[in-house]
Formats: sequence, structure tokens, C-alpha cells
Amino acid sequence: MNKLWLIVKREYIVRVKKKSFILITLLMPLGFTLLMVIPVVIASLSGNDQKQIAVKDDSGILTNDIKATDRANFKIVSESLNALKADYKDKGFDGVLYLPNFKNLNDELRIQYYSNGQLSLSTKEFIERQIARRIRDHKIEAAGYDKKLLKSLETNVNLEQKELTVNKEGELVEAHKKNSAVIATVLGSASAFIIYMILLIYGSMVMRSVMEEKMNRIVEVMISSVKPFQLMLGKILGVSAVGLTQILIWIILIPTVAVVVQLLFHIDASQMQGSMNPAETEDVMAKFNEVMGTLKQQNWGFIIPTFIFYFMGGYFIYAAMFAAVGSAVGDDLGESQSLTLPIMIPIILAFVFMSTVIDNPNSSLATWTSIIPLFSPIIMPARIPFDPPLWEVIVSMVVLVASVVFFIWIAGRIYRVGILMYGKKGSFKELGKWLFYKER
Amino acid sequence: MNILEIENVFKSFGNFTAVDHVSINVPKGTIYGLLGPNGAGKTTLIRIITTIIRADSGKVFLDGEKLNSDHPHQIGYMPEERGLYKKMKVGDQLTYLARLKGLSAKEAKSEISLWFEKFDIKDWWNKKVEELSKGMQQKIQFIATVMHKPKLLILDEPFTGLDPINTNLIKEEISRMNAAGTSIIFSTHRMEQVEEICEYITLINRGQNVLEGKVAEVKQKFKENQYRIEFQGALPSDLQAVDDANDAFEIQSKTERELIVKVAKDNASNELLNHLLRNGVHINSFNEILPSLNQIFIKQAGQTNE
Repeated sequence: MNKLWLIVKREYIVRVKKKSFILITLLMPLGFTLLMVIPVVIASLSGNDQKQIAVKDDSGILTNDIKATDRANFKIVSESLNALKADYKDKGFDGVLYLPNFKNLNDELRIQYYSNGQLSLSTKEFIERQIARRIRDHKIEAAGYDKKLLKSLETNVNLEQKELTVNKEGELVEAHKKNSAVIATVLGSASAFIIYMILLIYGSMVMRSVMEEKMNRIVEVMISSVKPFQLMLGKILGVSAVGLTQILIWIILIPTVAVVVQLLFHIDASQMQGSMNPAETEDVMAKFNEVMGTLKQQNWGFIIPTFIFYFMGGYFIYAAMFAAVGSAVGDDLGESQSLTLPIMIPIILAFVFMSTVIDNPNSSLATWTSIIPLFSPIIMPARIPFDPPLWEVIVSMVVLVASVVFFIWIAGRIYRVGILMYGKKGSFKELGKWLFYKER
Repeated sequence: MNILEIENVFKSFGNFTAVDHVSINVPKGTIYGLLGPNGAGKTTLIRIITTIIRADSGKVFLDGEKLNSDHPHQIGYMPEERGLYKKMKVGDQLTYLARLKGLSAKEAKSEISLWFEKFDIKDWWNKKVEELSKGMQQKIQFIATVMHKPKLLILDEPFTGLDPINTNLIKEEISRMNAAGTSIIFSTHRMEQVEEICEYITLINRGQNVLEGKVAEVKQKFKENQYRIEFQGALPSDLQAVDDANDAFEIQSKTERELIVKVAKDNASNELLNHLLRNGVHINSFNEILPSLNQIFIKQAGQTNE
């Protein structure tokens, strides 16, 4: 036990002290936050680029100015088009929008924009929408429909989810279902993605480390003091502690960095308010608050522990397999690739299933894949934000724990033979044989 | 008293028999040579002794006790395939290995410092292993093998990769430890080193123990009653005739100064010497030719391979 602890400690400290570990652990939250913030910043920057557009209307449809937005400011002018083309710049416009006298409003209508610059795609679409709406209003009026009546035909439907449960007294209780499906989807796929990455990264870290010990020939020195199983388990545990450290730092650091950046960004937003429509700003803030509110309502006390549980369980299973493969291959890296492929396939499959499962988190595919231990470490965390039935979670956890024990045992049997085997190609047939070697 | 007793140990891997009912006794306080060609089963046997693998049948006793999981602490093993963690600092690495052998952190530190002083490498503590030359790494490896003061030291080809100076340094340490009571098993194919260092040997071939005993006795057993006579002056003219008439000895080679003869009986060597002296030959030396271990090794390994 004491020896196992020494091994775990060494494996942990050697990795945590590495510069690359420190760098990735600290930079990742920053990069993650930047990834979320940059699109917003870009959007807000492009918002500053408000086009001043002179509108020359020969159709007579535009009876009053179009409402200005942060994208464009329209001003109807009466000058002739040719005069405008010559002096729009002197008058402080970016371009001239020309509506000809349309022959038939039911054809596709062509309007022109004259300028020395290009319109962005979104501004072009925005102008098209604005003009189309005005023409629609014009048509409604011309046909003599009642605008209010038309407005009243539009209906808005909002599906509200209520969760039904039976309380201790046997009464039916209905509760507002707190999870918005979008938030759950984002949360679920993010958890699954993080675990997917960790299985691949930390699994192959274990494999490389086993191969290194075998190739450095330190392994025989080691196992003259400790049992091969202790060495393997110590390595798996040590690396798991490294992964856990990284995850915990991220769990603390990502929200912190996000809040700090958000604060900085907030100041930015208030500065921009001059150019932004106040109503629109309010709209964005309301959406944001709603999202934050739903996020806060999540059952973090359940999500985080289950996430860590599945992260550990999945890691142990795959790390054990990677360790076994690492012990079996010699100094040939190509050989290790052909042996790791069968380990990668279930990880990748699980990730593929995950996207289907998230669309339909209570399907039978979801139930089965979250019980099969090779898939459950990725599938179950993806389902957790959708509140899966508790019995499914419990069954899945029990199966996972049993499989962890089983896989580590199997890996140990292959490992003890593999690490002392030089110059022998580790095929799967060979690994199978090692499994049944007598106790060495 | 034997430090190690191996009784009828058998080990196979699938269809391949690596160790075939071998029995060996290693007397306490000796340097014992474990010899044999490549693939003979030496390494498997050593791995059984160091509890890395378990024998299929047979018994092993260390210092009178049946081999158990405490014994690795009392054994120091330097495998032929050896290495160190390249990225680790020398001091940290040795401390780690010492603690795995059951030393406390404090004991480990003082023991390592002692060896660093002995090898005059005090400033190596913070060096990474990969910064050291092969020979320097060998020294560290040797310290790692002996720092927990094992009762039994097993060295598998300890001198490969060492320059003559470091070879000598390690040799001296080995004999010093042996003088202090450590029993040593020395596995190698380099016979001249065995003759120089070992008191007892065992020759393993194809998993079997084909020869065992004190080096001197083994040589006696395999001697062919040859004598080398170095002389000055002329040989008696009747020597060839005596040789032909008498079956007592047979001249194998003759030069101006040296004569090699094979005698049939033990006391025939005296008769020959007498005959030469009587005939006024000036004898410079008269030696029995003992076979080298190398010759015995090749002969024995060749025989069992037939």
C-alpha cells in the first residue's frame, strides 16, 4: 500500500511539474472564454459601422423615413439620381439606394445601391428585408385590408413544460420544468465532449508512459521492488489525479475568467449604447439574464459529482486498456497504432451516439448506451442535464464500477507479461494467450 | 550455511521450458558465477529469485526462509536490461528507488550521500539522468542496486558499457561488499571476469544445470593432464623413443624452448621431470595446464547442445 502511494505520488508530481501541463491548464480557460467572447466583440464592433444611406424613391412607396438601426441610417432625399451619384459623398452619405417606379409589384423587384464601397452580406439582407416589409405594408394598404385585423391573425405559441411527480402523500405535484432544452443540450454535449477529450488525451498519456518505461528498460528495475500490478495501478491512479487536478482548476477558473471578461465586456457594452438601439440592448440583456438564470437553476450538486464519477470511471477503463496495449508493444510506434485502434473505436462510437442521444434523451438507444460501460462515460453525462430516470443512473453507475474492476484486472494480467516481453509482436492473439498464463 | 537454495525449480512459458528442474546452492558470503550461453534460462532463474516471476514448481529459500514478498527488500538486482527515468533528477530518482526498497526518506538520503561521496559525484544530485553519459548512468544504477544494503546482490552483466577505470571502481566495490559479508551472484558470459572474481560457478544450458562447483575444483575436473615445460639447452635425444616405447606420456608439441606433454598417469609427470633433469636439461618452468573456464564452457555447452 505504501509502495503504491509512492508510485502514485511520483507519477503525479512528475506530470504536474511539467511546463506544458501548467501552461495548458492556465491557458485553456482563457482560450475558452475568448472563444465565447470574440464573436460578441466582433458583432459589437461591426455594429459601430453604421451606413449613412440616401434613399431616392421614384416608386412613391416610401412615404416616411425608415427607422434607423445600428446597421444603417436611411434618409429620403428628393434630388435627382444622377445628381446624387455625383455628390452623395459631399453630403455625408455612404451610398445611394434607388427604388425605381415599379411596373408590377408582384414581380421580383430590383432596387439599386450605388456606392464606391461594398455592403456586407448581412447589411445587404437587412436592407432587402426593410424594403420588402415596406412594400408589403404598401400592398396591404392598396388592397384595403385592415392592418389591425391582419396583425390579429398572427399567433404566438410557447410550449411550457411541467414536470409531474407524486409526492410522499401520494398527491400529484406539478413543477415548472426548469431546464430549457437548449441549455441542457449545450451542457450535455459540453460534458460529453470534455470527457471524450480526456479519455483520449489521458488514456494515451498512460500508454506512452508505459511504453517509455518498457523502452527505457527501467521496468525490470522497478518490478524487482514492486509488483507489476502495483506499478500499473500506481501509474493509472497518478495520471488520474493529474486529470482531476486539471478539471478542478478549470471548474474554478473558467467561471472566474468568464465573469472577469464579462465585467470588462459589460463596460464595453455600456459605452456602445449610444450607437445601439436602447430597446435592442435591453433585449440582449434580458436574453442573457434568462440564460444565466437557467444556468443557475441547474442542479449543479448532481451534475458536477456525476460528471466526475463518469470521468473517473471512463478514464479507469480506457487507461487500463491503454496500459495493456502500451505494455504489449515494443519500440515500434506503428505497431501501437494498430493496437490502439480497437480502443479508439468505442470512444468515437460513443461520441457519435451522443449527438443522437441528446436529440432524444429518453430513447431506448439512450438507455442502452448509457448502461454499456464502454459508452456510458460519454453518454450518461450528456443525458444528466435532461434529468434521466434515477434507476437508469444507478444501474449505469453500478455496471461502470464493476467494469472498472474487471478491466483493470484484465489489463493487469496482460501488463505483467507484456512489460517483460521484448522483440515479440503483441498481436491480439498473443495478448489473449498472456491473459491465461499462469500466475507469474 | 547457504544464502540461497534453489530446489528443483521448473518454469515454462507455453511450450517453451525456460528452467528445467534446476537446483543450486549458493554459500553465504561467496561470489557465485551464474554462467550460460544466451537464452539458457539465466535471466528467468534470476527473475524467479527476485520474485518477479513465480516458478511453476520447486522451492527457493533465501537465507533459510521460503521465498516471500518481503525478500525483494533483501535483494539487490541489477538486470542486464536496465535503465532509469531519463527526465528525473539523479537524487530524486535514487530516493524514489530506495523508498520502494523500504528505506525511509531520511535513511535514503543519508545512504545516497554516502555513495555520492564514495564515487566523488556530490554535485550530481540535481542533474537529470539524461544529462549523464552512459558510464555515469551505470554508476547511478549500481548505487540504486546496493543502497539498501542487500544480503544478496545479483548482478547481470554489470560491466557492460563501463570504461576500464569505472570497471575497476565497481569491481573494488563488489569485493569490498563481499568482504563485508554480502553474498553476490554474478551472471555473465565473460569468462575471464568469472575466473578473476568468482569462487563458485554454475553453468546453465538449455534450462539445465550442467556443471556446478568451486572454480578450482571444476578446473581440476576438466584438466587433461597437460604440462608445459619451458627449458634451455638440448632435449635428450631419446625423448621421442621413450615417448614411443612408454605410454606414460605423449609429446603434443615441441619447440626450441617449450614442450607440451600429456601424461597418462598422475605420477608420470614426475618421471618425465626426472628424466629431463637426469639428462641435464635446464628447466625454467614446469606447469600443469588447467583448462580455462572459457574452454570448459564451450565444451560443456557444445556437448549439451548435441
